[in-house]
Amino acid sequence: MSTYVGSVKGGASRFLEPKAIGILGILLGLLALWLAIPPIQASSPVWSAVAGVLGAMCGVIAVSRGAYRVGGGAIASGIFGASLGYLATRSSSSNLDQVVDASLIAQTLVFATPLTYAAIGGIVSERSGVVNIGLEGMMLMGAFWGIWGADKTGSWFWGIAIGAASGGLLALVHAFFAIHLRADQIVGGVAVNFLALGITGYFFVQLYHGDNIPTGVAQVPNLHLTSASSTSFFGNSFGNLNYMIWLAILLVPLSYVVLFKTPVGLRLRACGEHPRAADTVGINVYLVRYGAVVISGVLAALGGAYLTVGYLNTFNENVTAGRGFIALAAVIFGNWRPFGAFGATLLFGFSTALAYRLNVYSDNAATLFLALPYVLTLIAVAGVIGRTIPPAAVGRPYKKQ
Amino acid sequence: MSEPLAPQHGPQPEEIAKEPPGTPASRLAGWQRAGGIITPLITVLVAFLIGGIVIAATGHNPFQAYWDIINGAGFNWLAHPWDTDIAHTAPYNFSQTLLQTTTLILCGLAVAFAFRCGLFNIGGNGQYLVGLICANWVGVSFVNMSRPAHILLGIAVAAAAGAAWAGIAGFLKATVGAHEVITTIMLNWIAYYLGSYVFQQGGPLQAPGNVSLDIPISADVVPGAQLPVFWGIPALQGLHIGFFIAIGMLVVFRVVLNRTTLGFEVRAVGFNPDAAAYGGIRVRTNYLRAMAISGAFAGLAGGIDMLGYLHHYGTIDVQATTIGFLGIAVALLGRNTAVGVGLASLLFGGLVYGTTHGLQSGTIDPSLAGHLTEIIQGLVVLFVGADVLILAVWNSRRKLRRSEASPQARAAEAVET
Repeated sequence: MSTYVGSVKGGASRFLEPKAIGILGILLGLLALWLAIPPIQASSPVWSAVAGVLGAMCGVIAVSRGAYRVGGGAIASGIFGASLGYLATRSSSSNLDQVVDASLIAQTLVFATPLTYAAIGGIVSERSGVVNIGLEGMMLMGAFWGIWGADKTGSWFWGIAIGAASGGLLALVHAFFAIHLRADQIVGGVAVNFLALGITGYFFVQLYHGDNIPTGVAQVPNLHLTSASSTSFFGNSFGNLNYMIWLAILLVPLSYVVLFKTPVGLRLRACGEHPRAADTVGINVYLVRYGAVVISGVLAALGGAYLTVGYLNTFNENVTAGRGFIALAAVIFGNWRPFGAFGATLLFGFSTALAYRLNVYSDNAATLFLALPYVLTLIAVAGVIGRTIPPAAVGRPYKKQ
Repeated sequence: MSEPLAPQHGPQPEEIAKEPPGTPASRLAGWQRAGGIITPLITVLVAFLIGGIVIAATGHNPFQAYWDIINGAGFNWLAHPWDTDIAHTAPYNFSQTLLQTTTLILCGLAVAFAFRCGLFNIGGNGQYLVGLICANWVGVSFVNMSRPAHILLGIAVAAAAGAAWAGIAGFLKATVGAHEVITTIMLNWIAYYLGSYVFQQGGPLQAPGNVSLDIPISADVVPGAQLPVFWGIPALQGLHIGFFIAIGMLVVFRVVLNRTTLGFEVRAVGFNPDAAAYGGIRVRTNYLRAMAISGAFAGLAGGIDMLGYLHHYGTIDVQATTIGFLGIAVALLGRNTAVGVGLASLLFGGLVYGTTHGLQSGTIDPSLAGHLTEIIQGLVVLFVGADVLILAVWNSRRKLRRSEASPQARAAEAVET
């Protein structure tokens, strides 16, 4: 849908084009936030407010001249920048040092990791043409059965393996209904989420009588790049991360190579773009889709298992609390590409890590901040940040002829 | 623009070309009608069967457990309906089941109305929460209004808030084609954190005198804004007149869809947006309108719950709210019709109450049975969404009999969902 009605040929200068004004507005909005946090850390909120308002005004101009997407983005970024800048400057600087430091990087990675597993899983499934709304449920399965396995076998490795298998099993149910029975994939995904909520909750009560799992469960160890007591910037950020975090980071280029540089990936994407054509050249569309959905379930479950076996070391009912949906958002945000989705999960992880630290001086701001990933996704699907292009045949059941 | 998910445009052209022309419409209609009753029945039976297997596998007696749940839901009251004294267990449980049914009818209608326009409104829970928050705000403020005006204002504001919340998704669908499933999921979570914020310590709807308490909770809706109770007493969550509002909405739903231009347009868009556009119907306007009306139902549910029996709400309650999601199962099981939604609401209302507060025996722990509801809910959605399963069995039997592929069955598949 064309939205740039503004002049492309007739304008006096390229820099007066509405799109350019809109981009300037977005940058001003970011500047508004930048001014308020270290190292600049302006003491008065005025500068942030000025930059934010200017950004929003640029956005209004851009919208009025027809650049709706960029302009809208500029308005949003201006408002966000100004309000966050205001919050940041209002707090005392000692608080702010607690909010922004090197371990924020580590925490960002901690929060981004489960999202990354699930988002890569979502990409694999959707690239093959099957919508996977059930990521949340598959994560939840991995989270519960992962810690159950770690508890029973006494080994974190087997715990994660059992968790991954449970997610794959649930994905198999989704795949069977979506592929073989050609049911609506979104309805199926919703069902899978309910099912996982029920199954994990039921067996949690049944097996553990609703109490927390004893905390002695085997946990995934950390990879020590520096000594554990190191307080250097590197030590605080990357020196002491969980193995599963590194695995998630490795998974991103790996999935990119497999999806975009290998014959297997080409076949998988062909099934998502034009299954009939794929079928014609001899690709078994059903098999590829089954494989993709099950892999996506395994990956999502790994994310859930990381949450319990790698990070929390305990389980609560509905412990994933919407992370599967944030992962889904990351898939869309990243335009169905591994690196894009990873960037989105980092952004969402960062905003979550920041939200938990904002508690230091404002509960209310922290709670609202947790909604940021969802707001950003809403803005993204509105087409402000750029066009999202899903696989052409995603959501369409394929019927072999 | 982009349609990130799900087919919006029926079968693809190449598949249409394969369909033999001249499907006997009358036979199709009769077949549909039979399937329309039988599929949900089989679905429910299979879901309860699998639920029973889970109960048995975990060492409980499934028959006893289901019997307890039926009693917990107060369905045994139907055996002696002249006893309406809520001091007795059965009538009280049944009145509580009807309380849940009231909410579920409206949440189910919210999903069903959007479905009829070809939209999947997953955002019922968010719209419900927004309606609930607004009703609490109205109910706590405007202390000096007269009772009918205050109630009407509360209900109207709640419905409008729900409509506006869903309207965001409808607007994005209509203008930039953003898929409503994604936007409503996001709006659900925004409503979740919004609700957590308004009721938490220091939040705008936090009860003024509650600062010292650990559990953040809102102030009570003033008595002048509470819905009158007609069965039971208010202190024991009596059944309020919102029940009749919900029943009335079932009628409104049916009449609007089947007897008005608006309903005709909505259904036309739902059947085939391209054909509707060709017939001069503004598809985008109808997307926006259908979402707004759909959200109004869910917002209304939140409003009458708040004014009817909840009266106050807390952050923990917000985070535990899932009743809006049950609307999906209700609408799907009820085949998006008024009567179906009503019956499915009664079933799920009984299940919700009967597996939690109503459950009284030692056969199965209520905290366990509550999750059984979620499992059954998931299975119902899974099987209803795939009624192809049942249609396929049906179809293969027909095939055997007629020894040729039946076109009407394939056409039926295309019409379904």
